[in-house]
Amino acid sequence: MSRYSLATLARHAWRSNAHWPEALPERPLKPSYDAVIVGAGGHGLAAAWYLASQHGMTNIAVVDKGWLGGGNVARNTTIVRSNYFHPARRAMTNRALELWRGLSQELNYNVMFSPRGIINLAHSSSQMDDLARRGNAMMVDGVGAELLSVEDIRRRVPILDTDPQARHPIVGGMVQHEAGTARHDAVAWGYARAAMALGVDIFQNCEVTGIETREGRVESVNTGRGRIATPRLALCAAGGTSHLARMVGLTMPLENHLLQACVTEPVKPVLDCIVTHGVHNFYISQTDKGELVLGGDIDGYNNATSVGDPRTFEEIARVCLSLFPGFEQLRVMRTWGGVVDMSMDGSPILSHTSIDGLYVNAGWCYGGFKATPAAGEVLAAMIATDTTPSLAAEFGLDRFTTGAVVSEEGHGPRPWMYH
Amino acid sequence: MLRIPCPFCGERDYTEFAFWGDASFPRPADPQELSDSEWSEHLFHRDNPAGQYLEYWHHALGCRGWFIIQRDTRTHLISPVCRGGEGRS
Ligand SMILES: Cc1cc2nc3c(=O)[nH]c(=O)nc-3n(C[C@H](O)[C@H](O)[C@H](O)COP(=O)(O)OP(=O)(O)OC[C@H]3O[C@@H](n4cnc5c(N)ncnc54)[C@H](O)[C@@H]3O)c2cc1C
Ligand SMILES: [Zn+2]
Repeated sequence: MSRYSLATLARHAWRSNAHWPEALPERPLKPSYDAVIVGAGGHGLAAAWYLASQHGMTNIAVVDKGWLGGGNVARNTTIVRSNYFHPARRAMTNRALELWRGLSQELNYNVMFSPRGIINLAHSSSQMDDLARRGNAMMVDGVGAELLSVEDIRRRVPILDTDPQARHPIVGGMVQHEAGTARHDAVAWGYARAAMALGVDIFQNCEVTGIETREGRVESVNTGRGRIATPRLALCAAGGTSHLARMVGLTMPLENHLLQACVTEPVKPVLDCIVTHGVHNFYISQTDKGELVLGGDIDGYNNATSVGDPRTFEEIARVCLSLFPGFEQLRVMRTWGGVVDMSMDGSPILSHTSIDGLYVNAGWCYGGFKATPAAGEVLAAMIATDTTPSLAAEFGLDRFTTGAVVSEEGHGPRPWMYH
Repeated sequence: MLRIPCPFCGERDYTEFAFWGDASFPRPADPQELSDSEWSEHLFHRDNPAGQYLEYWHHALGCRGWFIIQRDTRTHLISPVCRGGEGRS
């Protein structure tokens, strides 16, 4: 697999760009692998890359029922941040931030990580107190956070309506400067290419239809392209997790819900950071192409499809215009949805299971993109060593039995209320 | 927009209702008697089907009645409704 460089760019340009090799060449499926990963989303592909690059395990396959980047990895609103209150959530996403910074170089693929900062707005003094508490918790761990006055915000984001008469008057906010965005489909392609270059096999259109176990151990998986024998199997299937777990008789603490997003037509640069609302769940950023990317809440009732309710958009648009009245004339260009695997405490599951050799990485709700490099790295270590890496210690399935749930928001077992 | 047939008021936009989750299993009669893993099963583990799903709705901005409907999570087609906890398996 050829490396991308200025020299290859020049060489191909010279030959009219007509001779680029296939980015992801198709290889034959082997009858057995040392490990199989289900799901060629960000997490599955990252796990494959770190298995190969950090643990020397290259005889592995990643299988996906759809196409590369067809899942949530390329449906998300690309927000990368680590401004969590819960220490375990913060540690995981912070490790990811460290990896994000060098990811383009590491993978030889431009993932366009752009640490442009995220501003959480506050609309009341108690929200300011809450942000201060969260910011303090972050700073204890060495994660930068800064409280902002309305004046600071006005200077930083002049297009925001900071008028005291606004629909939701802004009283201040908090910024994490190191947060940002990345080009999500490039993350899938970058990890896939880099892993393949080290010998990992990736199969698209290859659905897992059955999992065979013997004496409590994983033995093989059945796929649309035939049976693959493997002693280690990792589920990185987001909305497909419950279905896959059922194949071995496990029920998961997960529910599938639908999250939608949309982009407007492209405009000149107006917003150079991410802004989130303090009352409604709303987040916005601007892509390098100029489109504004808007997101909000999940639809609010279980959904097994990626087709959502138009009412969510009404709400997104209404909240957007309350903050940015200047966007009133913008047209929405595209909307889409993704099935998100909402966990029962709103936190991810990165865990061994009661079946030897079966690992689960799921329940990332609508916040798994930011964690992609760290989730992959931690899962790779778990698969390679069959131990629990310290970053995953609090994300085991057993927490739902011991009661040690990791609940950033504390809504109880109501997955549709988490974020 | 999803329309929810309230057994007391008729069909309304779902924005009038509060969704209250999986109704496919009853609350254990005597939680004290359950082991930790049985309680965890009840509290946290879900079938999460792509298909027929029994769910609680609360007509929060209407009559404030509670009821259960059966909805297909792939098509959102809703089957006849029952009041309160009636008709639950
Ligand atoms: C609209 C939207 C906005 C979001 N915004 C953000 C955000 O701003 N920041 C953030 O951090 N996170 C965000 N997320 C969440 C984030 O996208 C996910 O948590 C994350 O992508 C999940 O991990 P993944 O990339 O591995 O999943 P996916 O890309 O969904 O990968 C799972 C793969 O498993 C495959 N699969 C499923 N079942 C099977 C089977 N039986 N056999 C074979 N393959 C199977 C699927 O085809 C899929 O490709 C958002 C999600 C959505 C939908
Ligand atoms: Zn009613």
